[in-house]
Amino acid sequence: MSITVKDVQHVAGLARLQLSPEEEAMITEQMNAILQYAEKLSGLDTEGVQPTTHVLHVSNVMREDVVKESLSLEEALLNAPEEEDGQFKVPAVLE
Amino acid sequence: MSLFQYRLSELHNMLHAGQTSVSELTEESLSAIARLDDKVNAFLTLNEDGARADARTLDDKLASGVSRGLLFGLPAGIKDNIVTKGLRTTCASRFLDNYQPIYDATVAAKLRQADAVTIGKLNMDEFAMGGSNENSAYGAVRNPWDLERVPGGSSGGSAAAVAAGEVFFALGSDTGGSIRQPASYCGVVGLKPTYGLVSRYGLVAFASSLDQIGPLTRTVEDSAYVLQAIAGYDAQDSTSAKVDIPDYLSALTGDIKGLRIAVPKEYLGEGVDASVRETVLSALKVLEDLGAVWEEVSLPHTEYAVATYYLLASSEASSNLARFDGVRYGVRVDEGGGLLDLYLNSRSRGFGPEVKRRIMLGTYALSSGYYDAYYLKAQKVRTLIKQDFDEVFKKYDVVIGPTAPTTAFKLGSQTEDPLTMYLNDILTIPVNLAGIPAVSIPCGFAEGLPVGLQIIGKEFDESTVLRVAHAYEQHTDYHKQRPQL
Repeated sequence: MSITVKDVQHVAGLARLQLSPEEEAMITEQMNAILQYAEKLSGLDTEGVQPTTHVLHVSNVMREDVVKESLSLEEALLNAPEEEDGQFKVPAVLE
Repeated sequence: MSLFQYRLSELHNMLHAGQTSVSELTEESLSAIARLDDKVNAFLTLNEDGARADARTLDDKLASGVSRGLLFGLPAGIKDNIVTKGLRTTCASRFLDNYQPIYDATVAAKLRQADAVTIGKLNMDEFAMGGSNENSAYGAVRNPWDLERVPGGSSGGSAAAVAAGEVFFALGSDTGGSIRQPASYCGVVGLKPTYGLVSRYGLVAFASSLDQIGPLTRTVEDSAYVLQAIAGYDAQDSTSAKVDIPDYLSALTGDIKGLRIAVPKEYLGEGVDASVRETVLSALKVLEDLGAVWEEVSLPHTEYAVATYYLLASSEASSNLARFDGVRYGVRVDEGGGLLDLYLNSRSRGFGPEVKRRIMLGTYALSSGYYDAYYLKAQKVRTLIKQDFDEVFKKYDVVIGPTAPTTAFKLGSQTEDPLTMYLNDILTIPVNLAGIPAVSIPCGFAEGLPVGLQIIGKEFDESTVLRVAHAYEQHTDYHKQRPQL
């Protein structure tokens, strides 16, 4: 099975990436090589093998639901590319 | 005589005896960087004023006899994917070119508590993705042993800065070998601790189930010192392990009589350079002379590790890097086309080629219809790889092999072929998949370039890993050899 430029365009959309035609061609080729290499896993019998979800033997991690100090407005917005009235500014979503 | 010839413990004693000062150490580090970093390109951001101010404060502390931390007065470099409050953190990405963290990573806070001095932030592969440090948006790091060669990746800046004598120790992060492989290429000591031993809070996530922070140092004893300062449970990291932290320094006895070493035949087979193999076999001879015994074993699923790793790491990366959207921090490219276009443009301009390639691979592996075939399958193979180690550790104390199949390669020689580049990590990746600790230490040279010996241990058994590494180091002088720059 090999993936096409069209598949790559679809995945790029899912990943929120805009690729140039050159990037699409290059990534299609490279992804095919990597996925072809990854095919070797399919030859391995994993019937009855549990997937690793965590390498350590930890189960759910809980903490008390206590109120703690949070970031100040200034700190939260310190790295904002654009802000207005104490909020992150984005282009209009509704017309 | 340079202060860089001393171990951290010696410097500690010299500071206490008044033979040097924190300011003197800091100036030595800063002047080395001024002299060498044009060649090496290990630093992305210098904390010159901050480091000098901290040094003065610490010198005052010393004079007034206030209690002193484990890493008192020692100038350190920190890989630039570890956030440092008020000190620019870029992950070597255009995306975060002007990012000013508003908090300290737990390890950065621990260095501060231990009274270390932060000299600056170190170059790396963008978002820690790469095996050669050529994927930095700020230019490749160069190997101090041969400036035409790569330092290894992704903690290449950390390894090169230590090897070149720019800092007294550094922190790196290791997802598939990113501490050990550059340590091997640059002839320094690089330790990847057990997953969960060192908090990842404030480490910009690449592949969360594999990432682990660790020290790059010039000696094994130094490595134990730094690990002591950074290990420990952290409630802010939900994957942090609640285990007792032993005294790592007391493990460095030099005694390895009766130690049982497993040498996987897969680690010395095809694909490993003959010169690397010979060097590692000589190192095993040294360990044998010290009373250890070694036998060949098999880790039969080794050949599946690279494929497993790239599917899992890329999948986790695609998910982790979804947060880079140009809204709350980082690059924003707004060309007036609305919110979706803002995401698309910001991400497409902000990320470099390797990062895009891995996001694409991961998004594909997680996408509808392929999840079972790729992601879930890889998680099952991961279990088999971990079981290989479990089996061997029933009978042996450590697993030993080379860190990397070759010595450092020439800059630019593998950039066109990601798959070949990925295969450089074949000997380090299984350790991350299994979550266990491993160290790379210098064990000789092949054609003038350092070769790394990898010592792998059971989970949370850093003490044994360091004990073996230290015993070897006491009987060789490879770690004392320095590149001529």
